[in-house]
Amino acid sequence: MTSVHIFMGKVSESMAHAISSQPATSPARKQDLRAYLIVGLAGILWLAAYNVIQPTAIWLAYGLLGLAQGSHLGESLAFFFYDVPKIILLLGGMIFLITLLRSFFTAEQTRAWLGGKRQGVGNVLAAALGIITPFCSCSAVPLFIGFVESGIPLGITFSFLVSAPVVNEVALVMLFGMFVWKVAGLYLLSGLTIAIIAGMVIGRLKLERYVEDFVWQIKVGKGGILRDRTTSAERFQIAWGSTKEIVGKVSLYVAVGIAIGAGIHGYVPESALAGILGKGAWWSVPAAVILGVPLYSNAAGVIPIVHALMEKGAALGTVLAFMMSVVGLSLPEMVILRRVLKPQLIAIFIGVVAIAIILTGYLFNLVL
Amino acid sequence: MNIRVLGMNCPSCMRMKADVESILAHRGWEAHMEYVSDTAEILRYGVMSTPVLVVDDQVVMVGYRGAAWIEAVLGIIAGKAD
Repeated sequence: MTSVHIFMGKVSESMAHAISSQPATSPARKQDLRAYLIVGLAGILWLAAYNVIQPTAIWLAYGLLGLAQGSHLGESLAFFFYDVPKIILLLGGMIFLITLLRSFFTAEQTRAWLGGKRQGVGNVLAAALGIITPFCSCSAVPLFIGFVESGIPLGITFSFLVSAPVVNEVALVMLFGMFVWKVAGLYLLSGLTIAIIAGMVIGRLKLERYVEDFVWQIKVGKGGILRDRTTSAERFQIAWGSTKEIVGKVSLYVAVGIAIGAGIHGYVPESALAGILGKGAWWSVPAAVILGVPLYSNAAGVIPIVHALMEKGAALGTVLAFMMSVVGLSLPEMVILRRVLKPQLIAIFIGVVAIAIILTGYLFNLVL
Repeated sequence: MNIRVLGMNCPSCMRMKADVESILAHRGWEAHMEYVSDTAEILRYGVMSTPVLVVDDQVVMVGYRGAAWIEAVLGIIAGKAD
């Protein structure tokens, strides 16, 4: 994720003028108008495409390939031809909107908002901002240092660091596309809750001594934030750029995941998995969390498989716990954070988040 | 001009670095470019997200905004220097 502010703290007046006066001219306004037109047209095309997928998929499987209606192979293929373009279209459209929204937020602005907030309120705000602030785990280290150096309590910083990866936009869109919207909503809410609670617990434990010592010695420069001069046309371009990147990266996983899901859909008998992954099996939630850790960042490939498993009797709480473990407990991020956190704090961090995810899983299995 | 690209080796950081290199080679502007991935050094500029474009020790861009934008910003600064 990238942010789009220019920092003016150190930019000389004349240079600042030269840079910031650029987009405000009338060609920029014309460009904006053109950009709105293009985006509007793309929106109409998107809707049209979304509506022809199902008839096309049915025609492909039963018409062109001549498979019998109701046959295992026909059903699996129709499912595949429908789901792959549907999910990729949904991802394209919604990731575009999400990154567009995110282009209005920056890590530096978030830090300013979190400054001086008490525990509790601060944790809630940090968890919410974790969802909409552009964040790449590669910049977790400067972000962490920037937060704690400006006096934001450790617990609030952790609420942000949990929520940013746990509420994953690809996972959210795919849950929305493959399940009912309520499941996506539950995922969002439980991700937020886990981030708030994990941050509050870590805040209470007073773990500052487990932050690497050099962190407290780093001098963080002051960068003033310039009024955002990004034009709409530029925003669309930035959003389109990240959409292409994200969708391009996950579409292969989506296709493979849906292919496996389609196989399960067509061939595995109903409720075959109720015994292993159903509500009755108490150990399935922690097992799902452990299984999710090495599948880091593969939410795209995992969700279609999980969706098919649910049709065959897996419980929703178990599935959600698995999902959050896949996106939230990522080994590469822990390796990055190890540069600023001592092993004890990494272990506590993983432990608190894992327990919170497991409890959420049990809770949903109990209520739903 | 003295250009520094601050990055944590993420894909967009590498892209900014490559863009600056190719823009400089293409336009022939007099400049020295350096890629910085040292955390303490990055934080000195008061930024928390990467990549960052720094010209003559002044932050001019945070986040990857495309080669055209980088070229425009460098062009303005190169033009001022002449």
